[in-house]
Amino acid sequence: MNKLTAQDYIDKAFSKGKAFIPFITCGDPDLETSEKLVYAMEKAGADLIELGIPFSDPVAEGPIIQEASERALKGGVTTDKIFDMVKKIRETSSVPLAFMTYANLVFTYGLDKFLLGCKECGICCVILPDIPFEEKGEMLDKFQEYGVKMISLIAPTSKDRISKIAAEAEGFVYCVSSMGVTGTRTEIKTDVAAMVESVKEVNPIPCAIGFGISSPETAAKMSKIADGIIVGSAIVKIVGNHGRDCVEPVCNFVREIKEAIAIKSKP
Amino acid sequence: MTEKKGRFGGFGGQFIPETLMNAVIELEDAYNKYKEDAEFNAELEDLLNNFAGRPSNLYYAKHMTENLGGAKIYLKREDLNHTGSHKINNVLGQVLLAKKMGKTRIIAETGAGQHGVATATAAALMGLECEIYMGKHDTDRQALNVYRMELLGAKVHPVTSGTMTLKDAVNETLREWTRRIDDTHYVLGSVMGPHPFPVIVRDFQAVISKEIKDQMLEKEGRLPDAVIACVGGGSNAMGAFYNFIEDKSVQLIGCEAAGLGVDTTETAATMATGSVGIFHGMKSYFCQDEYGQIAPVYSISAGLDYPGVGPEHAYLRDSGRAEYVPVTDDEAVEAFEYLSRIEGIIPAIESAHAISYAMKLAPTMKKDQIIVVNVSGRGDKDVAAIARHKGVEIYE
Repeated sequence: MNKLTAQDYIDKAFSKGKAFIPFITCGDPDLETSEKLVYAMEKAGADLIELGIPFSDPVAEGPIIQEASERALKGGVTTDKIFDMVKKIRETSSVPLAFMTYANLVFTYGLDKFLLGCKECGICCVILPDIPFEEKGEMLDKFQEYGVKMISLIAPTSKDRISKIAAEAEGFVYCVSSMGVTGTRTEIKTDVAAMVESVKEVNPIPCAIGFGISSPETAAKMSKIADGIIVGSAIVKIVGNHGRDCVEPVCNFVREIKEAIAIKSKP
Repeated sequence: MTEKKGRFGGFGGQFIPETLMNAVIELEDAYNKYKEDAEFNAELEDLLNNFAGRPSNLYYAKHMTENLGGAKIYLKREDLNHTGSHKINNVLGQVLLAKKMGKTRIIAETGAGQHGVATATAAALMGLECEIYMGKHDTDRQALNVYRMELLGAKVHPVTSGTMTLKDAVNETLREWTRRIDDTHYVLGSVMGPHPFPVIVRDFQAVISKEIKDQMLEKEGRLPDAVIACVGGGSNAMGAFYNFIEDKSVQLIGCEAAGLGVDTTETAATMATGSVGIFHGMKSYFCQDEYGQIAPVYSISAGLDYPGVGPEHAYLRDSGRAEYVPVTDDEAVEAFEYLSRIEGIIPAIESAHAISYAMKLAPTMKKDQIIVVNVSGRGDKDVAAIARHKGVEIYE
């Protein structure tokens, strides 16, 4: 049923005010729950859902997502099973979906096979935190061939690198708000507004801020300076605490964040 | 040998989060500046000679040679360096470099603890703050080294994620580096990780093969026929091989830790059982499953208990310049005891893997041929663990 292009999905995600992008680790606590979470988060207002394919050694993640990945892998989740889940989701839902994983899972699965899977089940973009600008040539041609967007990340340390990264960025730019790994933080000290501004100077591409956003207050604040916000660890933590009963509390949280960024982003 | 920036053939690269990119670029710039700097090189040479005790001896193993009845065997005695292994060569170079770069804090991973001890030593010497990440499993089996690092003023963090061994210690040190970059240098301990680490560590370890070459020419008036070294990440082997790469008559042999055997899952023999992947900043060979999940590995030796191998080794293997052979726990333990008894030298259990292969190879060679084995470290740290392996309950 997938007729939309990657760009269609991205336009859809960023067309209704500030985009809310929640992240879940697929297979935590099991794939049935992950599937339910996707439908429920869509209803609760998620504009683009980041599906984490768990990796044994996620070096960009803090303890919350590390532990979720470990639980999911122990439960027997694989890339194939995740593709099957997404195919099933696509039978009834056209919510924009992205994969977030690590270079080795894509490379070892086979770049063509992975991207063909993404294309077939309407995964509009893939976020690989261990492929920086210098190494994207390793995979970029294939991404373009299959019409899947490879998302570029910028970090507080990027400085003079931002303009060259932004100039070639596709889909949206993932702005890493803080030093370190993913996780919940009480405040964000980086001047993320300046980072977003540097991107916009060279490319009018949507910018989404992630890493450390865990409260409606921070979400509202960050949404003022960007086109979207990404929340991962705070949601994965709720899933970890509630297991199979996580759908309702996750949706309440998603609704809360969505409301916070919707109200605050209107002038 | 390097084609694209930081590549060895198709291996290597910089597969790390964007947050770290400017840090590795800054490191590369600093390294390129100082590697040609006369003052830096004089300081480093002084440290290597007067603090670490270089050059290390190239020792003719007369009894071993006679006993095996084939090629003449020389032992490169890296075990005699200060802190007991080759690790000090790289650490003195990197910590001096970090100091020149204005860094005030260093962090490092360690497996057996040799690299951690060497790093803590250099930090104490040069007055830098030092934090070491070590898998919880390794802090248990190498408890004395933990105390040693603390004695030297380092803070040791036991890593409880994943398999709680060297791989997880690297993960955690990378994570810590993304948290704090401005004042911190990551002293990576092997010829692995993102560029420029495989080049920097190789260059600082290349002193081993430079000395072997000079010493061999002085003692025998010719080059050896084979150089043998153990390979985990591969720093002592890269150091022992490097200056012989262009000397095609010299056979280069790396010995991987096969654990209980390459036909079991209890192994760390990356070249024998792994496949190409992208992990820890580099494209190289890794022990992994069909989906790219990194496999838990096993070896009696904590220093070789790593699921990957440095990218230049991957290139040397694929290009046919070097060969890599698996050596099991039992073979390594047998070599550990053999060298202790026959030459009065207790090698590190890591180095015993190389000794073991020399025991197999020497009898197949002629008496006028020469093998050099790199004894990368001393075995004092392993005595209690080997005793337990033999069923003797000794604790440090």
